[in-house]
Amino acid sequence: MNTNLDVIAVQGLSKSFDGKRAVDGFSLNVKRGRIFGFLGPNGSGKTTTIRMLCGLLTPDEGQGTCLGYDIRSETAMIKRHVGYMTQHFSLYEDLSIRENLDFIARVYGVKDRQTAVERSLKRLGLSNRSNQLAGTLSGGWKQRLALAACLLHEPQLLLLDEPTAGVDPKARRDFWEQIHDLAAHGITVLVSTHYMDEAERCHELAYIAYGKLLIQGTAREVVEQSHLTTWSVEGEDLTALAAELKNRSGVDMVVHFGITLHVSGGNAQALQQAIAHYREDARWHWSPAEPGLEDVFIKMMDQARDNFR
Amino acid sequence: MIGKYFSWVRFWAVLSKEFIQMRRDRLTFAMMVGIPLIQLILFGFAINTDPKNLPAAVLSADNSEFSRSFVRGMENSGYFRVVREITTEAQAERMLAVGEVQFVVTIPEDFSRKLQRGERPVLLVEADATDPAATSNAIAALFNLNQTVLNRDLQGSLGHLQNTPPPFELRIHRRYNAEVVTQYNIVPGLMGVILTMTMVMMTALAVTRERERGTMENLLATPVRPVEVMIGKILPYIIVGYIQVTLILLAAKLFFEVPMLGSLVLLSLVLILFMAANLSVGFTFSTIARNQMQAMQMTFFFFLPSLLLSGFMFPFRGMPGWAQALGEAFPLTHFLRIVRGILLKGNGVTEITPNLWPIGLFLLVAAIIALNRYRETLD
Repeated sequence: MNTNLDVIAVQGLSKSFDGKRAVDGFSLNVKRGRIFGFLGPNGSGKTTTIRMLCGLLTPDEGQGTCLGYDIRSETAMIKRHVGYMTQHFSLYEDLSIRENLDFIARVYGVKDRQTAVERSLKRLGLSNRSNQLAGTLSGGWKQRLALAACLLHEPQLLLLDEPTAGVDPKARRDFWEQIHDLAAHGITVLVSTHYMDEAERCHELAYIAYGKLLIQGTAREVVEQSHLTTWSVEGEDLTALAAELKNRSGVDMVVHFGITLHVSGGNAQALQQAIAHYREDARWHWSPAEPGLEDVFIKMMDQARDNFR
Repeated sequence: MIGKYFSWVRFWAVLSKEFIQMRRDRLTFAMMVGIPLIQLILFGFAINTDPKNLPAAVLSADNSEFSRSFVRGMENSGYFRVVREITTEAQAERMLAVGEVQFVVTIPEDFSRKLQRGERPVLLVEADATDPAATSNAIAALFNLNQTVLNRDLQGSLGHLQNTPPPFELRIHRRYNAEVVTQYNIVPGLMGVILTMTMVMMTALAVTRERERGTMENLLATPVRPVEVMIGKILPYIIVGYIQVTLILLAAKLFFEVPMLGSLVLLSLVLILFMAANLSVGFTFSTIARNQMQAMQMTFFFFLPSLLLSGFMFPFRGMPGWAQALGEAFPLTHFLRIVRGILLKGNGVTEITPNLWPIGLFLLVAAIIALNRYRETLD
């Protein structure tokens, strides 16, 4: 495989279910060794896109390659070199940890299977619990096991569909350490998530809503491209203030962050005007703030709704 | 109205939820309404415990008015349909063994001469008694016939022969099951019934379970091919099937003393084909059903007509033509004939072949449908 080639290169992917467009004209390029974060609200088409990338769904329109293999005609080759972790735990709950790993290793025709399984168990730290049924594991452990299973055949591309949903912070941190370690070894990772802290750990991000790709770039680029200005307010009775501000033109978003309020707008001047009156009020203390990814994404979702609905 | 032990409000909540769910599951709803209707029509018209028009062959060495009258009388009784006139014993033997005819009537060459002399000649009727229920009424009708069939021919000088005892003697040979033991028929048949039920159900559930638990998505994302999944899922159940067969055969031998004349090796080879046919049906169902409940219902949708139209519960030849044609489509119908043929009649390869290829054809069609329906994608 040519290393200069993009690991994922797809253009104009579309897919409909029962006449409803789940993914609409989706194009994406991901370079080797990158961690690519895939964000978007529920039902925005993330899972459908990932399934098209790994050959589980055939796109209605569009074409492209995954690891250099055509996503329409060479799905068998893609399946061999891609590790796909499904959103819901999809190993066998009535098989033990070892039996699950062994099964996956066999299906992928892993060479020197026993050693590979042993190594995987050791890395997982589950060597002494290898005969426990997978169904009895907690959420965090299930997630680790699932990741270990899709790494057994040493894939060049990992497609992870909300891998950390319902997993505690410590386990999530460990998980991301491992993802970065894998990327350092040249494995490309595409991971979908709802967590903003995870989005910030990615090399590059894409935001998708209503089946369309809205923005793509590094976290910094995404924030810059959004042209969002944010002010932070502290003081008393923020709830009433928020209600008032929401109705003013120039204010696009008002969000509570603990004891502060984030007030954002797409047009810096219009926002200045809108809040000028309140800034003079001694009850509140205003300071400029850095817009977060979450602010950017929520704004984009609102815009997207206006555009597509 | 909210009571401590029973509340109409809560009860109503559960009841209406149940109706909503029932309505959502279209297939189940269709089955609940459709199955009774189909069964009523199918079985109401098809099932007949008094089979008529049973195929018979006549081996006549006496071409006289009397023998012709007798054959005509047989046909007029409604129970017999003479399909062929044959000339040799070997032919008679073969037709019975294959199941082409249910009866062979042998008229000896000196029949009319002895009859006229009042020597009461013997008419031999050989009946395939593997299924006693199918032949008993016809045999009873035959004895009735004996009394009156020749009355018209025995006029004038022969008039005195009309009086009792009957002018000729009927000798009935109940072939393959001389003592008319129902178990000889039922027990080998049960093997087919049990296998149909378990094989179809187990595979239907095995694949549907993968889908219901979400493990299918993972399986599809791996390089495993449909044919590998299909054979890999079917083979274990063939082994289970053989364990069942062994148990049934042991019970047949020890408890019911069913005769086993034919080759058990031949039977076990036929079993592979029969089980594979049923397993591919189950596999096909599993590609259609969305959950295990639906898979279960489909199993019964296949199992009931198999059971009732195959000749296991009711004589196959008692059914009207369209029902027989439908029955011929089920593997169980042919397997019943084969297993009874091998165990009770001592059939070999040549005798069972006419019933072997329909099972093979069924397997081929079912496997093609199953493999086409099984998707490598989630589309």
